[in-house]
Amino acid sequence: MRITQGAFSFLPDLTDAEVRAQIEYSLAQGWAIGVEYTDDPHPRNFYWEMWGNPMFDLRDPAGVMSEVLACREAHPRQYIRVSAFDSRRGFETTRLSFMVNRPGDEPGFLLKRNEVGGRQIQYTLESYATLAPEGRRYQ
Amino acid sequence: MSEAVASPPSPSPATPGVDLDALLAGSQVTQVLDQLDELIGLAPVKARIREIAALLLVERARKQLGLAGGSPSLHMSFTGNPGTGKTTVALRMAQILHRLGYVRKGHLVAVTRDDLVGQYIGHTAPKTKEVLKKAMGGVLFIDEAYYLYRPENERDYGQEAIEILLQVMENQREDLVVIFAGYSDRMATFYRSNPGMSSRIAHHLDFPDYAPEELEAIAERMLTSLDYRLSPSGSAALHDYIPLRMRQPHFANARSIRNALDRARLRQANRLFAARGRDISRDQLMTIEGEDIRASRVFA
Repeated sequence: MRITQGAFSFLPDLTDAEVRAQIEYSLAQGWAIGVEYTDDPHPRNFYWEMWGNPMFDLRDPAGVMSEVLACREAHPRQYIRVSAFDSRRGFETTRLSFMVNRPGDEPGFLLKRNEVGGRQIQYTLESYATLAPEGRRYQ
Repeated sequence: MSEAVASPPSPSPATPGVDLDALLAGSQVTQVLDQLDELIGLAPVKARIREIAALLLVERARKQLGLAGGSPSLHMSFTGNPGTGKTTVALRMAQILHRLGYVRKGHLVAVTRDDLVGQYIGHTAPKTKEVLKKAMGGVLFIDEAYYLYRPENERDYGQEAIEILLQVMENQREDLVVIFAGYSDRMATFYRSNPGMSSRIAHHLDFPDYAPEELEAIAERMLTSLDYRLSPSGSAALHDYIPLRMRQPHFANARSIRNALDRARLRQANRLFAARGRDISRDQLMTIEGEDIRASRVFA
């Protein structure tokens, strides 16, 4: 099951040239850029690992692209996203976030129905990938 | 392999040429070169930059016609005494490279050892890489570059910064241009101890010291830009001041002149303030008199 998170995720995967163009646009807006990765695809997982520090005051996408490529080389079978932060309001607000890498095989989610008091049902989503411990998913 | 492939493209009258004038006009590089000519002195530097600009323009023309040519190495070294205009010229150089399309953004990131070298193990590489990323698409200007290498301490982290720099200079030539700057003699030692560095720098520019009359012209220019001017006695005083200052220790060419003018402005303000009670004309506010300059300790 193809994970759709962030911008452009219903489109075919962005090519490197397209990623570069998006970064170029973000930098032109004066946004800072961070690269993050994770192997937990749950939609409520906000805490992705940071790949290095967020990058401030860049002028050209070459610097971000080199980090994206380095992260992809280190974690070829994990989700990687690029986030752009806008500090205009005094704090860093995410303005754009899109995936630049995904594992080849995405097993999807298990829907758990948990019966609680009476006939009430609580639903839980659990990724099949996260059944394996961290670091050993998407082998 | 057939002969036709191996032989270089032959100049034939049928192939369309390339109009260097049009290319020059399109790049708007002449404006920057003209601005460069407005700088006083520095004749050998200007000549060299014109040569480089011509080379880059021709290289671009060749590319348009599909002639072979790898991206030229553009890393430079600016050597010269303090205050000879290295940073100013580096700024113009960034503009020239940008207009000729050799760097994408044309900004200048000026750094020194402190911005590149960390304070503990593992601190240097991220620091250097961060600076490099900021400079991508533009020019990285490393001032007093010889401080990067400290031979007396073999565990100095400067060596690590140098290695990262070299790697990026070699592999990402189209992404950024690095300019090393510093005093001539110490830079020579730096290159001797880092042969890999020296061989990757294509252009060595040496900035000569200014002659006294050039410094006078520079002073004149600085004052005009600040809406000041010298009275005849002020001119004479400056004329006497410059050779005296040049003999003093820590003489830093144009920078010393700027400092001297700043102090002269201070004295002028004091003089006007002391004479308050009378109306001060616009003319008086603009004029620096001989006494403002002659009060300098250089004359003592």
